Amino acid sequence: MSKNMSAIHDKIGQFPRELEDESIYIMREVAAQFDRPALLFSGGKDSITLVRLAQKAFFPGKIPFPLVHIDTGHNFPETIEFRDWLAKETGAELIVRYVQDSIDQGKAKEESGKYASRNVLQTVTLLDTIEEFKFDACIGGARRDEEKARAKERIFSVRDDFGQWDAKRQRPELFDMLNGRISVGENVRVFPISNWTELDVWNYIKEEKMEIPSIYFAHQRQVIQRDGMLWADSEHLNKEADEIPFETTVRFRTVGDMTCTAAVSSTAVDIDVIIEEILSAEISERGARIDDKRSEAAMEKRKQQGYF
Amino acid sequence: MDILRIATAGSVDDGKSTLIGRLLYETNSITKDKIEALESASKRKGLNFLDLSLLTDGLIAEREQGITIDVAHIYFSTPTRKYIIADTPGHIEYTRNMVTGASNAKVSLILVDARQGIVEQTARHLSIASLLRIPKVIICVNKMDLVQYQESKFNEIQDKLSELVRKTTFQGQIVSYLPISSLFGQNITKKADEMTWFTGNTLLQELETFEFAETLAQAPARFPVQFVVRPMTEAYHDYRGYAGKISSGTFKVGDEIRVLPTGQTSTIATIEKFENSLDQAIAGESIVMTLSNDIDISRGNSIVLASETNVPSLKDFSAHVCWLDHQALSAGKTYLLQHGIHTTKAKITQITERLDVTQQTSTTEVGQLNLNEIGKISLRTAQAISADIYVENPSNGSFILIDEFSNSTVGVGFVD
Repeated sequence: MSKNMSAIHDKIGQFPRELEDESIYIMREVAAQFDRPALLFSGGKDSITLVRLAQKAFFPGKIPFPLVHIDTGHNFPETIEFRDWLAKETGAELIVRYVQDSIDQGKAKEESGKYASRNVLQTVTLLDTIEEFKFDACIGGARRDEEKARAKERIFSVRDDFGQWDAKRQRPELFDMLNGRISVGENVRVFPISNWTELDVWNYIKEEKMEIPSIYFAHQRQVIQRDGMLWADSEHLNKEADEIPFETTVRFRTVGDMTCTAAVSSTAVDIDVIIEEILSAEISERGARIDDKRSEAAMEKRKQQGYF
Repeated sequence: MDILRIATAGSVDDGKSTLIGRLLYETNSITKDKIEALESASKRKGLNFLDLSLLTDGLIAEREQGITIDVAHIYFSTPTRKYIIADTPGHIEYTRNMVTGASNAKVSLILVDARQGIVEQTARHLSIASLLRIPKVIICVNKMDLVQYQESKFNEIQDKLSELVRKTTFQGQIVSYLPISSLFGQNITKKADEMTWFTGNTLLQELETFEFAETLAQAPARFPVQFVVRPMTEAYHDYRGYAGKISSGTFKVGDEIRVLPTGQTSTIATIEKFENSLDQAIAGESIVMTLSNDIDISRGNSIVLASETNVPSLKDFSAHVCWLDHQALSAGKTYLLQHGIHTTKAKITQITERLDVTQQTSTTEVGQLNLNEIGKISLRTAQAISADIYVENPSNGSFILIDEFSNSTVGVGFVD
């Protein structure tokens, strides 16, 4: 299925402003309805977009909640550097908690084998952090276009004590009315960019001239080839004997841990080219997420257990 | 670029998932890896064509039961518009999801199986589209391939549908009828070569050409105050901005305004969006408003134009409700009523009618309303709410009811 290039150019640079209005409205509802909200920051483009929206929602005031980062220890160094810069730039409070600490405390167990990652483990640290700070609402950057289970997610998604999501017990959301009432022990996950697509996010980053981590753009990197994908080589990746790293030009379309995000071969050095690549892309965004490939229902199962 | 929100509804097996899959496929909204996954899944099922319905059939529970259990949101775009489909299940017991999915929609897309014609669900869907004042309804007579694409069959169904629509529609609602085949892509985004007798639009043309933006900006001006911005920094020492999303109408700098329910008046000094100052803002925009003098305004207050003499303020009123919870609504019970962002207690004084949406009849002297039932109630609120009559200004005329103990959203109401 090849895309007609003129149709591609017609779509470029058109961000539906209504989406921003909707997301800002949601940000303000969070600040008004909850006592201790937090913005879960991953360093990826979606959470960077959230920070921008929060900044706009409360301007000229400061963002009235902290940015919380669950550091797996497997993050790209560029992500961490960017996180610290952004917190400073916006003046927002930054809270960091470490998966390594959960492992050291025996609450989480490191996976083994060549597909070992800390993606599942971060749920443990996240739930502990929510409890430590008594957060009653956690803002996340999930979008409904990413994946089938997320397509059914509400904007205010109530979780029980264990962070669990139950598809059958969701509250109906009518018009733009958001009901954030919860009982003791419950908390809410909030998804202000639910209705954005990947293309919307990129067009927004472009129109707003936002800074993003350098790994989204083409760069030279040591990678290995595995399962038809390019994996970033690092000390955290368990390589087999025949997996020999080589250097090539890549970029990341989605940014998670080094052990669960694949790179794509690309020479895109600016946003316009990235947007063109997305519009003519042959692989869906989450197709580069190794964690989703574990099984067809992988995301839904992880959500039931408290993942985003 | 604007956004058109569509609600889809149908009965079990009328091919709704295939229709949505077809729309995505033909607007190039599916990536190659997903198409490959679809090809292999279709092959596993022993099919020699792409089963596009697999694109939207999501959750584990659904696959077990072979049904759709909740509202799913699906996105696609053309160079003209971004589209958001709220796909809602066709089961009778899931009417609550249909109302939920349709609450933001400007278009209701209803499917009818060409072999079966009108079924009970068709009437239900049409009634709900009208209850929610959805301005446009597109009825797709699907599976035309199974009736040999006969014009006479389509005409016969259309005649019966028009008869039904006459009972449910309201003035200004646009209803169109299209013969389609989702399975073979007839009349979805391309003209049907199998039905040259049909000279109307394709489904996509209907969606691309529907205009809806103007009405909201011209409705009465309503601005619910969501959040008071008080930076208290040196640069903004006395700054007090009222943040919110305009629910209807237009506000301009210099407009005389009145705050509800307090009745205080002032003048709009600035309208701001982040670092930009605007001359005016319209329905749907999230803004910060500052006023020329310091008055006491808090979250839940509503700002309207001072020139308006008939300001909305309701304490004792009647409304239509759709009940969304397993525990029935009973007269005499107290709930929390949320109108926009304002919440107050409300007592249901009476349930006056229960509507049978499939027969267009009603019953009086009703003790309670059960899950998925629609009825008419009288209620009294602790504080006045600044709501309009729903049919006059839908974006300021609805509310939800919340159970005080479970915190669940248990009902949705439309002010009469």
